[in-house]
Amino acid sequence: MTVNGGRLEAEVADRTLLVHFLREVAGLTATNVGCDTSSCGACTVLLDGQSVKSCTVLAAQADGHQITTLEGLASDGEMHPVQRAFHAEHGLQCGFCTPGMVMAAVSLLAEQPHPTEQQVRTGLEGNLCRCTGYHNIVRAVLTAAGHREGQAGR
Amino acid sequence: MSILGTRVLRTEDPRLLTHGGTYVDDVRAPELTGAAQVTFVRSPFAHALIKGVDTAAALAAPGVIAVLTSADINDIPPQQAPPEGGPPPVSEVAPPPRGGVWDEPLLAVDRVRFVGEPVAIVLTDEGYQGEDAAELVIVDYEPLPAVVGITESLAGVTLLFPHAGSNITVDRAAAAAAFDGCAVVVEREIMNQRVAPVPMEGRAAAASWADGKLTVWASTQNAQYGRDMLADACGLDPAAIRVIAPDVGGGFGAKVGVDRDAIAVARAARHTGRPVRWVETRSENLTAMTHGRAQRQTVKIGGNRDGRVLAYRLDVVQDAGAYPRMGEFLPKLTSLMSAGPYDIATVTAGYRVVVTNTTPVAAYRGAGRPEATAAIERAMDLFAAEIGMDPAEVRRQNLVPPDRFPYQSPSGARYDTGDYAGALDKVLAGAGYPELRAEQARRRQRGDVVQLGIGVSSYVEITAGDAADGETARVVVNDDGTVTIYTGSSAHGQGHHTAWAMIVENDLAIPMARVTVKHGDTDEVPAGSGTYASRSLQLGGVAVHRADLAVKEQARKLAAALMEASEADLELEQGSGRWQVRGDPSASRSWAEVARHAGAEGLSAFVNYRDGVPTFPFGSHLAVVEVDTETGKVTLVRHVTVDDAGTVLNPVLTEGQRHGGIAQGVAQALLEEMMYDADGNPLTATLADYAAITSAELPSFELLASETPATTNPLGAKGIGEAGTIGATPAMQNAVIDAVSHLGVRHIDMPTTPSRVWAAISNARNHQ
Repeated sequence: MTVNGGRLEAEVADRTLLVHFLREVAGLTATNVGCDTSSCGACTVLLDGQSVKSCTVLAAQADGHQITTLEGLASDGEMHPVQRAFHAEHGLQCGFCTPGMVMAAVSLLAEQPHPTEQQVRTGLEGNLCRCTGYHNIVRAVLTAAGHREGQAGR
Repeated sequence: MSILGTRVLRTEDPRLLTHGGTYVDDVRAPELTGAAQVTFVRSPFAHALIKGVDTAAALAAPGVIAVLTSADINDIPPQQAPPEGGPPPVSEVAPPPRGGVWDEPLLAVDRVRFVGEPVAIVLTDEGYQGEDAAELVIVDYEPLPAVVGITESLAGVTLLFPHAGSNITVDRAAAAAAFDGCAVVVEREIMNQRVAPVPMEGRAAAASWADGKLTVWASTQNAQYGRDMLADACGLDPAAIRVIAPDVGGGFGAKVGVDRDAIAVARAARHTGRPVRWVETRSENLTAMTHGRAQRQTVKIGGNRDGRVLAYRLDVVQDAGAYPRMGEFLPKLTSLMSAGPYDIATVTAGYRVVVTNTTPVAAYRGAGRPEATAAIERAMDLFAAEIGMDPAEVRRQNLVPPDRFPYQSPSGARYDTGDYAGALDKVLAGAGYPELRAEQARRRQRGDVVQLGIGVSSYVEITAGDAADGETARVVVNDDGTVTIYTGSSAHGQGHHTAWAMIVENDLAIPMARVTVKHGDTDEVPAGSGTYASRSLQLGGVAVHRADLAVKEQARKLAAALMEASEADLELEQGSGRWQVRGDPSASRSWAEVARHAGAEGLSAFVNYRDGVPTFPFGSHLAVVEVDTETGKVTLVRHVTVDDAGTVLNPVLTEGQRHGGIAQGVAQALLEEMMYDADGNPLTATLADYAAITSAELPSFELLASETPATTNPLGAKGIGEAGTIGATPAMQNAVIDAVSHLGVRHIDMPTTPSRVWAAISNARNHQ
């Protein structure tokens, strides 16, 4: 498969989940595992540009596909607008849900470039955060969509 | 202008946003190369005797390195002998999970007391092999009747600890109280239900044992306390143990120190000589990480029809779960804060602590204080409903007036500073309270299906309750003029690295970008307390500030010598950040130049700040809900708050703490509950079943600013970490009940799920 633009080939056991493939074979540990029922979204990555929960995809199913993780989002040292907005709006605290949340937000904005607050809230329903109360995550997504200015700060 | 009080974005974020944090599962330290994966075998029974454990089949499975039971980890230092004469009081602070009559072993010995209790450990080369092999460990259980719930525990028919002779670990039940002078008295039983902390990263630990030294990477809120617990449970000198807290994916009180599971992991490394790593699954997290709340409360409130409350009594039974890990700590705090922000002549509070065949209960964001606030805020609304007065007005009449501080509360706390009525009025004005009541009246008059509810809470809480335990800071000015701070506080999302750097910039005129903060490694920071109880800024932050001042005085001496000037004539010019003779920038010295002349010991200072005292943040919350009276469905429409935690260092961080706390408070009031069936089987052991709150169930919050400085520390700071759960939970619950109060409903226990709300409406209608 192609991971963050680079080709990666490996032989793995049939039951290997995509998230474990990314973490242990590809060595990309930003993507986290937060549950075992596909409920929390911490493992969200992009598969051919669409968000998937990588705990619910077998590595074999991703064979031949393009995978993007948080590590592959910035380009030439420049953070992606969604990453910048999460920083500007204090959309993260402990950071554990953040990789999945950012990828879910990127996917949401790809499908819906100008969402309302309610659409953001509904769109991120599958990604749990326990620190922020979602308040600043929602603001960050709206900021990334160009609906808001970032918080004053430096 | 000082940087303090300004909106500074976090320095932690770029790393977390581009590469992700380094949590225990991500640590690639050389010592952990080839680490064996730890899989726990856990009890499927709530209460059973263990008649035997057969590990043969598991040992023969692919990839299995070892299977350990209590028979293998049996060299634990001797336990304290049970005292004579019945159940002993357990320690007020969290004891290590062993010792005494309520002994909690590392791995179950001959009895299991909750579903999820660790029985054996399987070590494998890979994680998937561990899941397979754990299923091959055959444990011969003889099931016993399970004690589920407080009533069953108090009945004492089945005992969890037969040697103790009782299920009651602490008995300080509230005395009878005089309500003679009260024209109106209301009494009610309230359940403050059991909830799960659910940090997004569950528990995790990795360990290596080499050359007589144990190194443990743990997802913990305080490495130093974890080290001391490990030393005690392993019979090692603390100096032989290094605990490292890497990035920690949330804690919320449930990651204070280390627990038996993490200790068992460390023991496994020592036993096998292999480095090991354990990262729990979410099902393990929901059944074996400690839960929170779990109190049955009986409130009794009395007063006059003009709204004055004269007497209040709170009697608590704390469900400790299977092992009383925190002793009486939680209900003791509930008792201490039982009077709330009110000036009530007679307040009586007490508690009992009981064990049940459920997951142990310990601290969860607020740890005893949200329970106190929930009780009295519900009682205030019950009283208001009884006398037919607006609940906000009843509060205003009884709040401690601003000219009474410091105020000695009848339940034993000394409130430092506050303007409780001011906070309430600000929230009412911010929310447009009269307009909300008018809209509510219109909907009631029309008989709308969707009714409006307005819930108010006022609170005061205690933060840094253990201030006397202190907090440490070491500030080092390096030879290149950069600063390194070693802090005993232990950030896990709060933004300490940003906040501490702001303090340095303010104190030493060294830009934040040149400040590095280190925490959570006992080799680098041997002494420290950690982050819990909303203590960090007012203790750890003050420690940094004091160390800054000490460094500054050293630097003044060094600069004076360098410049052949008198110390009294020297100043640190704030704009340039250089030392100069007062008013003369022509000859000045940089921090780097000064530091290079500091000699062998360098330019540094260590402070263990122990003379702080607890502080008492306060505030008011107002929740507006819509309740569908046909389905019972509740929607939170608005949440408006004042949370006064003294002087604010960085509003961005403070608001973030408030947001998160509000969401968790709303979650308890609206959705979340850890449930068990009659046999003690957990019914909400996955995130598919446990209703952790999502973005779709919340609105954006309306935060109002208020700063009443603390007078007992130089930063004027009080704690903000737990205000949200304390204030939001009762406001939300009161709002739901308020929405249907005109139908005759006086109380609905949390969580106010559609079925509960619908049942309450139906009951009320049937009784009219």
